[in-house]
Amino acid sequence: MKLTGAQIFFECLKAEGVEVIFGLPGGVLLDLYDEMPKHDIRHILVRHEQGAAHMADGYARATGRVGVCLVTSGPGATNTVTGIATAYMDSIPIVVFTGQVPTALIGNDAFQEADIVGITRPCTKHNYLVKDVRDLARIIREAFYLAHSGRPGPILVDLPKDVINTKTEFKYPKKISMKGYKPTTEAHMGQIKRAYTAIGKAKRPMIYAGGGVISSNAAKELKQLGEQLRCPVTTTLMGLGGFPAPHELWLGMLGMHGTFRANMAVGNTDLLIAIGARFDDRVTGKLDEFAPSAKIIHIDIDPTSISKNVKVDIPIVGDCQDALKKLLQLVKESPIDDLEKVRKPWLDQIQKWKETYPLAYEQKDNLIKPQYVVEKLYELSEGKGIIATEVGQNQMWAAQYYHFSEPRTLLTSGGLGTMGYGLPAAIGAQAAFPDRLVIDVAGDGSIQMCIQEMITAVENNLPVKVAILNNQYLGMVRQWQQLFYEKNYCATCLKIAPDFVKLAEAYGALGLRAHKPDEVESVIREAFASPKPVIMDFVVNPEECVYPMVPAGAAMTEMLLA
Amino acid sequence: MRHILGVLVENQPGVLSRVAGLFSGRGFNIESLTVAETLDKGVSHITLVTTGDEMIMEQIVKHLNKLVNVIKVIDFREVKFVDREMALIKVKAEADTRAEALRITNIFRGKVVDVCQHSFTIEVTGDEGKIQAILDLLSQLGIVEVVRTGKVAIARGRKNSTKR
Repeated sequence: MKLTGAQIFFECLKAEGVEVIFGLPGGVLLDLYDEMPKHDIRHILVRHEQGAAHMADGYARATGRVGVCLVTSGPGATNTVTGIATAYMDSIPIVVFTGQVPTALIGNDAFQEADIVGITRPCTKHNYLVKDVRDLARIIREAFYLAHSGRPGPILVDLPKDVINTKTEFKYPKKISMKGYKPTTEAHMGQIKRAYTAIGKAKRPMIYAGGGVISSNAAKELKQLGEQLRCPVTTTLMGLGGFPAPHELWLGMLGMHGTFRANMAVGNTDLLIAIGARFDDRVTGKLDEFAPSAKIIHIDIDPTSISKNVKVDIPIVGDCQDALKKLLQLVKESPIDDLEKVRKPWLDQIQKWKETYPLAYEQKDNLIKPQYVVEKLYELSEGKGIIATEVGQNQMWAAQYYHFSEPRTLLTSGGLGTMGYGLPAAIGAQAAFPDRLVIDVAGDGSIQMCIQEMITAVENNLPVKVAILNNQYLGMVRQWQQLFYEKNYCATCLKIAPDFVKLAEAYGALGLRAHKPDEVESVIREAFASPKPVIMDFVVNPEECVYPMVPAGAAMTEMLLA
Repeated sequence: MRHILGVLVENQPGVLSRVAGLFSGRGFNIESLTVAETLDKGVSHITLVTTGDEMIMEQIVKHLNKLVNVIKVIDFREVKFVDREMALIKVKAEADTRAEALRITNIFRGKVVDVCQHSFTIEVTGDEGKIQAILDLLSQLGIVEVVRTGKVAIARGRKNSTKR
């Protein structure tokens, strides 16, 4: 039977198990949206296409499935670019479908035409312009496969109007054959053995895990490995939740705003076991002085991540979970002798660092400390929330003080650092898990970048809880100005601000505010009890800084502590 | 260091842009690049000359392999190979220099492919050193214009190195 491109589109999505699309229609997509009500698929109408891309991304991070968004040509498509780049930097599987002007008009500067395939080439894992409806099913199949396999990432598929309304025979391809795409998923056993030999010799080993542990669902294996090697574990921002925070071997996050003990451990380790992490500059600081006395083992599915900026001694290309399972097998077959005794001095040293400079702040009774708000959110949600963050100080405090224990519970723009990400990402996660508590830890700056999606949350009964740590500044930039630019607070003051409580009410959400520390708990309780989306406006200490802090370009052990 | 890479790509629109974009986006250099179909019409072969130390070359090769449309990368650092480029050289040829221009062309086994009153256009093929040598000699006569193809390279021996 012959189907139109629009029908094929929905048949393919059904075959891929897609349950929800985040989208916004437009001229060239009218045939697609006309077809939509005939199919059993949920569509969440966004108010700006950037929101659609972030929602698909938040949905993907929280579920591990591929997130899908659908937007029109031209500005609809270009509005997704920030969302696509965000997903690309953090290796998040999303498929973005964009409408396009009819093939005959492409290149003619037609109304609402943009070369979105050209524009997104450097920020997608791969992208397609479908020129012939006969290729549509194959391309959609490939798009989903590419998005979630290997190192995951965003895929864009551009759909010209005539492709959408032309008919062809439909057959969903069972097999995929792409000559140039064969990711290495199985870790090489020889390299695993070399790694284990090095681990056996190490006195002060540590594990440095990243987002790869989350995307390969390897948190269980990571915990086992840490425990069986008696090896302390740090993670990157992207890896938080990959190892349980209350654990005795937990070092906290490392890097620019990492814990004292995690960064000191990196400075002193003799074997760094990097798992699904990419040695980002916010993690390494000054490259020459990063893990100066360590041999480095690096497990990653993407060969380009290995030896990109830090020379690796034992590279292992493969899926993190596969590599960890193989390592665990070796540990089982030939355990390390006297493990407790061998590790004791190292673990004692780490304990000393932990006691010297723990993460800390002092909550007095006048001004609310933002860290206190995050700790209260942790406490009152019993650590079971899904936490989205915006970007800046709010993000770092969420990372430091919400003690993540489960993978896929932190949704944050780690690589691109996209302000405005948190609210739509929270909405995406809430769409997947209507019964879970989803919180967006926000700043008064970032929340205004995608605030329009509040109405999307209200319309779709997605009761996300937004906690604004309102310091009346673009706080992280202000912090840098305070520390490195003699307090020249140029263009960072946000004192002229909307009334967030009234704004919430205008959207039909609940608005709450706390001025005093003793109001924090009751505001959070009321927000959690409400069936509605909520904005909590916490008026916090305006000049609070995130510590520890490693100044840009300094060695990781050179931390500002207060 | 300069290196030659052979890149087999799927013959699809936008592939060249992906390869070129990779180099510009990551700050790698392209000294020359040639591309044409192979015997298999669905596959094109790019010969690419680039520069970089060991670490950069490793990254370039890995990043090329990572592109979905790239089928294979041949690193000519690892195999013996023959490389050639072609130049079309328009050289002044007045009554007193025509004989010399022809003589140089013959020595380099070049061909005159266009003649007019005041100039010859010479086609010459060879490795980089040979092209440079003829350019040096002809420059004494006065070169009007040069167009070069950039290198193409193929592995020595009987094996088809582009087989996958």
